[in-house]
Amino acid sequence: MDINSNRKYLVVTVFVVTGVIFLIRLFHLQVVDTTYKEYATNNVLRKVVQYPARGLIYDRNGELLVYNKAAYDLLVTPREVKPFDTLRFCQILEISVEDLRKLLKDARDYSPFKPSVIVKQISPEKYATLQEQLYKVRGFYIQPRTLREYPRPMAAHLLGYVGEVTRDMIEANPYYQSGDYIGISGIERSYENELRGKKGVKYFMVDVHNRIQGSYLDGDADTTAQIGKNLISTIDADLQEYAEQLLRNKRGSIVAIEPQTGEVLVFANSPDYDPNLLVGRARGNNYMSLVGDPQKPLYNRALMAQYPPGSTFKMANALVALQEGVITPRTQYYCAHGYYSGNFRVGCHHDQSFDLVPSISKSCNAYYVYVFRAILENRKYPDIRAAYEAWREYMLRLGFGRTLDTDFVHELKGLVPTSDYYERFVFRGSRWRALPVVSLSIGQGELGVTPLQLANHAALLANRGHYFIPHMVKEVEGQEIHPRFRQPISAGINREHFDPVIEGMYQVMESGTGGMSRIQGIEVCGKTGTAQNPHGADHSVFMAFAPRNDPKIAISVYIENGIWGSTYAAPIASLVIEKYLNDSISPNRAWLESNMLKANLMNPMLLIERENNGTEE
Amino acid sequence: MAQRNKLWANIDWITVTIALVMMLLGWVNIYAAVYNEEHQSILDISQRYGKQLLWIGAAVIMALFILVIDSSFYVFFSWPIYGLVLLSLVLVLIAGVEINGQKSWFILWGDLRLQPSEFAKFGTALALAKLTSSFNFKLSGIQSFLMVGAVIMAPLLLILMQPDTGSAIVFVVFLLVLYREGMSGAVLFFGLLTVILFLLSMLTENQVLLLLLFGGSILTHFILHQRIKISAIAAGIGSGVILLLLGVNYLAGSMFDAEYVILAGSTVSMLGFAIYILRTRMKRSMVIVGIFFASVAFTYSVDFVFHDVLKSHQRDRINELLGIQSDPRGAGWNVNQSKIAIGSGGFSGKGFLNGTQTKYNFVPEQSTDFIFCTVGEEWGFMGSLVVVALFVFLFVRLIILAERQRSVYSRVYGYSVASILFFHFAVNVGMTIGLMPVIGIPLPFFSYGGSSLWAFTILLFVFLRLDASRLDKLV
Repeated sequence: MDINSNRKYLVVTVFVVTGVIFLIRLFHLQVVDTTYKEYATNNVLRKVVQYPARGLIYDRNGELLVYNKAAYDLLVTPREVKPFDTLRFCQILEISVEDLRKLLKDARDYSPFKPSVIVKQISPEKYATLQEQLYKVRGFYIQPRTLREYPRPMAAHLLGYVGEVTRDMIEANPYYQSGDYIGISGIERSYENELRGKKGVKYFMVDVHNRIQGSYLDGDADTTAQIGKNLISTIDADLQEYAEQLLRNKRGSIVAIEPQTGEVLVFANSPDYDPNLLVGRARGNNYMSLVGDPQKPLYNRALMAQYPPGSTFKMANALVALQEGVITPRTQYYCAHGYYSGNFRVGCHHDQSFDLVPSISKSCNAYYVYVFRAILENRKYPDIRAAYEAWREYMLRLGFGRTLDTDFVHELKGLVPTSDYYERFVFRGSRWRALPVVSLSIGQGELGVTPLQLANHAALLANRGHYFIPHMVKEVEGQEIHPRFRQPISAGINREHFDPVIEGMYQVMESGTGGMSRIQGIEVCGKTGTAQNPHGADHSVFMAFAPRNDPKIAISVYIENGIWGSTYAAPIASLVIEKYLNDSISPNRAWLESNMLKANLMNPMLLIERENNGTEE
Repeated sequence: MAQRNKLWANIDWITVTIALVMMLLGWVNIYAAVYNEEHQSILDISQRYGKQLLWIGAAVIMALFILVIDSSFYVFFSWPIYGLVLLSLVLVLIAGVEINGQKSWFILWGDLRLQPSEFAKFGTALALAKLTSSFNFKLSGIQSFLMVGAVIMAPLLLILMQPDTGSAIVFVVFLLVLYREGMSGAVLFFGLLTVILFLLSMLTENQVLLLLLFGGSILTHFILHQRIKISAIAAGIGSGVILLLLGVNYLAGSMFDAEYVILAGSTVSMLGFAIYILRTRMKRSMVIVGIFFASVAFTYSVDFVFHDVLKSHQRDRINELLGIQSDPRGAGWNVNQSKIAIGSGGFSGKGFLNGTQTKYNFVPEQSTDFIFCTVGEEWGFMGSLVVVALFVFLFVRLIILAERQRSVYSRVYGYSVASILFFHFAVNVGMTIGLMPVIGIPLPFFSYGGSSLWAFTILLFVFLRLDASRLDKLV
């Protein structure tokens, strides 16, 4: 009837094909391509991180060393900002209007809808004034954070500090996000996982204007923040403070350990810094000025300075010789103002024979050259090199030349050279002889011992043959400290060999080089030393433990450029010991205390003067 | 079979049901799109779903009236209604309120507004049906084309003056109706060619397009005449001339842009080709030559139209659609968020009232032009499938109804109804899924709005009324 009737098929085809094309497209959008789901989630979900307070740190007697104070980050959602009184606002924040404008622009570039931090760590005082103004401005929010605070600024190197995570840290550990804080050094770093707690997350759904519309999945996906665990450190705050006072105006360190446990009682460095400097908005500037300070207050001497141990090394050699049976306590060597072998000479100050006990108390160098030769020329070993390796093995077991596996970060190994070292640099293929290495006998030459290692060695002597790994945290709230800190570690030297050595150390204080530092009523066993310093005046070294029976404290003191162990290191150590055991300094030693407190070794003129009239060691 | 004079039995209830189901589905999705917890009553007149419920009620009453009125009324009053519509389109330019820079609305009373352009489609469909069904009218010859063109162009131009490009473009769909009534398929072919050329000229460099046109012409010639030798020679000469000119231009230190060299080369070759065709009297191939030059002219006019006639937001929308520019925060925001809404619905959807994209206003105009987003987001692919299938079923049903009409008037009107609804559907849904540029026209029976709902109801039910009395008499 209608010649164009067939054209209906084309029209219907157009309708149906359009529908089919739409359905294919819809199938692709809705079923095949899943990215749109993510986009929708990103649109609507806002993650609000709940920052937990960091764990507190107490001293061994329960005194608070580190706590948190409130700080406030100012956030802005650029989209919501309406014009406001920028001048007043900037006055409170102490920034210029240009700065604010730039901060706002950066935030807008990041996202007009999402909040970004524009001013960090506003103090509670400033926050109070800011809050009065905040209701007038739109789009600005406050997010509470916590900052570290130190009621008694001390032990900065041991406690360490907290800083913002770097990009590398974020990449290494997905727990962290930009703007998070992390322990950078000291306890803060070693116990970061315990102290940080666990961040919580709350998810909100927001509309296109970023206004919160409700919780997501009724809060099922939210996690609550868990506050960090509190730590009890091994430090004795009063003793630490006293040690730091004694170190004032000197360069050096004091490390004290409780021998029965390995707990670090004192960990003092000088120069050091006020830990409050590395907190809050001024942290960056303060850090840079500390880094630039020629006195190097950030340098953790107790952990990282590697000095030759000097005469404090003599007990170790004596113990090895006794254990190897190359000497007995009654073995005598003659000191003729030193040790001579051809043109070779090691100087000393005596003209008499010594056996073991007085060799320690009078610190005879010649005696120990003989002892060391006896060790190296021991027939038990095929050659001197093998004997040397055996000796080195003893030294490692005595806590030298290796890390102690403590809970300190950046612990250094110190140095006890391997036989390869001497082979390569000294003997170079020729036959091994004892003489080129004998300076090791008196703790000089290619030796490096950190103050922490020396204190640990003192604890080993105090325990007559074993030590507990030094550690700075005694208790983590609700959990055991690592079991390795509870295992005694043996040096492999029989207990009976310690008696004459300790007698020698006792005599150091009673009648020897440490006599000036003798404490009435406390049996201290100690040993003075002088660490050779190629860059200037030698360093004053002392190590000790007390009381002789049932020791409570083992200590090492290094005073840089203090020359003789007896002049600075020994008196300072004795004062720390007396303070710890007796709680006070007896009146008849008040002069010593005041001399030590007053002593100033930072002045180079004084050093030259002293070098010319030192006492003997 | 259907009986005479039994109105209610003769009404196509299938179509009525589809329309009512669509209104209901539309309302449910409007409710979800503007849902907030403070206003939960479905009768809250301050909310859009409350109002839409009123509009739907009014539309049902309107439909009843339309069905009761005698069908000859519409036939008889086609021209007066068309005149009334044109008058309202003129009046709205004078007395209408300006909203978003467009004078498209009358304010009737308070919040109640009316958009005459929505009713213009109905009026035009009546007038077109009346014109084409008039005695001895044939869709051939310049005169009939001018008349048809005038009927369609008059409302179109008035709406363009508002200016409401989206509503105006809808009138293009009458070409489909005219095609059914015998208009040469060449018009549709050239329409399609225009769209393809437009897209190609937007997406490729002009010089590439020129080479494509040249190659295409020779290929078409070959297909028409199956003479490989001549086609090959033509292709060889053409490319030879173009390469020669390019070489000369290069030696002359690239005096002219390569595009113009290719233009000159292909034009010269095509002219030579035309002379050859004239000699051998392969007349059909002259059309090819004609199309080639028309296409070249069109390509260069596209640049002009695109940069100097279109407004910047229209340029942006086309650029976004074609992927030439991408600015999901600016010009591309609507479509991007719309795709996210629909795409995030997945296979079975997020569930009623659980669509975050639409509920939290990420999708703009989510109750009007972008109502399909709520369907896609909350009901997923299953929901989309149902809605698309419902529409396609409606279109096909309407064509079946139109084809069973005994009068040309009813058939033309039926085709108009199907085509108008189809165009709205295709552009609206196509826009939400990124297949069409953003053109703000409503989805029939779904989108919020009294004017469009009533206009579509009138449009559809007048046809159902005509259909119900198809056996009564011949008009």
